[in-house]
Amino acid sequence: MKTLIELEKNEKVIILKITAKGDLRERLISFGVTKGSEIELKHCSPNRENLEIDVDGVFIALRKDEAQHIKVGKIDD
Amino acid sequence: MIKVAVVGQPNVGKSMLINSISKGHLKVGNFSGVTVEKEDIFTNFQNKELDVIDLPGSYSLKDFTIDEKVTSDFLKNGDYHLIVNVVDSTHLKKNLYLTTQLLELNRDMILVLNMIDEAEKKEIDIDAEYLSSILGIPVLKFSASEKRGTEKLLETIVNMPKTENKIIYSDPIEEEILNIETFLNKRKFIDDRFTNRQVATKLLQNSQDMFEKMHNSLLWVELSDVLKHSLEHLYIHFNEKDMANIFSEERVAISTGLVRETVKFGTPKKKRCTTRKIDDVLIHQVWGIPIFLFLIWGLFQLTFEIGSIPMDWIDSGVGMFGELVGSQIGDEFFRSLIVDGIISGVGAVLLFLPNILILFLGIALLETTGYMSRVAFLLDGFFHKFGLHGKSFIPLVTGFGCSIPAYMSARTLKNEKDRLITMFIIGFMSCGAKLPVYVLFLSAFFSSEDAGNYLFAIYLLGAIFGLIGAKVLRMFVFKGEDEPFVMELPTYRLPSFFLLWHTVKTQAIMYLKKAGTFILVASMVIWFASNFPKYEQPENISNIEFQKYSLENSYLGLIGKTTQPFFEPLGFDWQLTIALETGIAAKEVVVATLGVLYSLGDEVDENSETLLTRIRENIPFASAVAFIVFVMVYLPCFAASIVFIKESGKNIYFLYLIIFTTASAYILSFIAYNLVKAIE
Repeated sequence: MKTLIELEKNEKVIILKITAKGDLRERLISFGVTKGSEIELKHCSPNRENLEIDVDGVFIALRKDEAQHIKVGKIDD
Repeated sequence: MIKVAVVGQPNVGKSMLINSISKGHLKVGNFSGVTVEKEDIFTNFQNKELDVIDLPGSYSLKDFTIDEKVTSDFLKNGDYHLIVNVVDSTHLKKNLYLTTQLLELNRDMILVLNMIDEAEKKEIDIDAEYLSSILGIPVLKFSASEKRGTEKLLETIVNMPKTENKIIYSDPIEEEILNIETFLNKRKFIDDRFTNRQVATKLLQNSQDMFEKMHNSLLWVELSDVLKHSLEHLYIHFNEKDMANIFSEERVAISTGLVRETVKFGTPKKKRCTTRKIDDVLIHQVWGIPIFLFLIWGLFQLTFEIGSIPMDWIDSGVGMFGELVGSQIGDEFFRSLIVDGIISGVGAVLLFLPNILILFLGIALLETTGYMSRVAFLLDGFFHKFGLHGKSFIPLVTGFGCSIPAYMSARTLKNEKDRLITMFIIGFMSCGAKLPVYVLFLSAFFSSEDAGNYLFAIYLLGAIFGLIGAKVLRMFVFKGEDEPFVMELPTYRLPSFFLLWHTVKTQAIMYLKKAGTFILVASMVIWFASNFPKYEQPENISNIEFQKYSLENSYLGLIGKTTQPFFEPLGFDWQLTIALETGIAAKEVVVATLGVLYSLGDEVDENSETLLTRIRENIPFASAVAFIVFVMVYLPCFAASIVFIKESGKNIYFLYLIIFTTASAYILSFIAYNLVKAIE
């Protein structure tokens, strides 16, 4: 199980677990960042401080700290 | 009157939808937080009055930011008849998450599938009837941009059928709901607003309100046992002790299920993602920020270059108009009041109408296309180092237009300290009203080829001062935790021509109104204060010398001269001093004051008809630079100050703001003055 920040650009994976708590968790879920969703790393800012991800066609920007709460794994059909 | 609460996640086109059903005058931006306060729009249909309530976009009903709290508070306790839940058809699953929460409010509700045209283009086929039968509420296809479905929506609102929330949770939860519901039924419990099933659901969700209500009931002793039992079951089943988490997982499962049942995804052709392609360029790891800076530079170039063409016409037009009017008035007193007071003051402000319009058009373009949130993403890392949040970018850019909406849009920042820091430095982002001051001085001292660059430099420098200010505030005043940065980047959209035209028109009207009312009165006040008290002209003094003497000993002159020593180290004469002081009322008044003062105390020869030449000949270059720097940083205008006090929540913060901005302005201006003098 990897976290989001370890992904390569344009790597497509599936969300296995969200370890964030409270408000942040609710926020991620309401953005559609949910267990079982497919997710792709689109862009990152210099030093990978910020990442842009694509979850079901929704583009979401987040910081490294928040990305660590999203655990992902390979998509197996 | 039917009160309709319009709710949806950000960027689903709520405001657009309201525009199309009400022909209203709302601002529509492509960034979350354009609506930060609820707004009522009145319209009518089939002889029935409608009060359409535009609520700030909310991702969920759990309050995250202040504007979302406005929405959830209103929905829970406000006075309205039905909810219109607007969703983006192209991202149905994400949007339905909020819908599941709204359904639990137990109000009449209509689900509007907005942007259905875009969904169809992407070959997303939604079975609205089926969705309607599952949810138990009317579901309508709608396109605000194509004006499709407007009639149908209005009809449904006016003839709202009785609806019933039909959401069904997973078996373990349904079992426990049934348990509690049966218990309540057996005890003949009746709630005034919710059915027993809903009461049971709310108790399982640990709803604070419901707990309080039930606590006072005689049932509570037994009920709490039943509830405890049910909760323990669920904890074991879900291996999770937080009911909020259990229910949010449930909602996701329901939304996913709904989409699976009612939506067919086609196999769209490759061109599906223009947003992605644009993003590859605009938020490129290396080129993103330079591109952004270039765009802003271009905006200021245009603001100056194009704006300066009509400016010359207006300038000489105002001069000619003044002469023409002056020649018609015999009475010396009235001639001077009208020509030197009103026409000079209002005219000086009117000069800058073209610049203001171009600037606002540019900001509106950035806002409505969806580019702003990209820049927030690009700059977050950088901002973070200065103790700011990426999202602070939006209020800050809005501040280039006007500080008032900027203070309001700071509400989208969740963390109180982030929000306050942002509000403290919004003033450093020169607002549209400061633009006339800059343009006046730049046109007076530089050729028009360079002026655009200098204008850009002024704004950039203001922003840099702001960043440094933020860092200082973060280090010494507002220490503390960071807010997480998670933000949706909306799909790029072409701004509608109507919308841009609307923005420009509104700004033009507002500016002219201000010039015709507030500035006009201010110009008269300034004229009076600079013409009274009247003095007798002694025999041995020439006319020009006497004029100068009168002005310097007028009320305005006396105030200026008394306070001038304080500004001596910055190289300001008493006219500049007084312009700064009157500028606290509104920044346009700075220009109006200079207009009046320099047209009265006209020491220069008869050829210098226009304000620009008078400025150039009366003010030393170093003083002019110091003056610009001071105006860049010092206090916001009166109206903005009031909004600041209201939004910051504490009066003491305004005192901080006064100290912070005045001290920064004085120090920076002092440095600028001496630096320029040393170089000259």
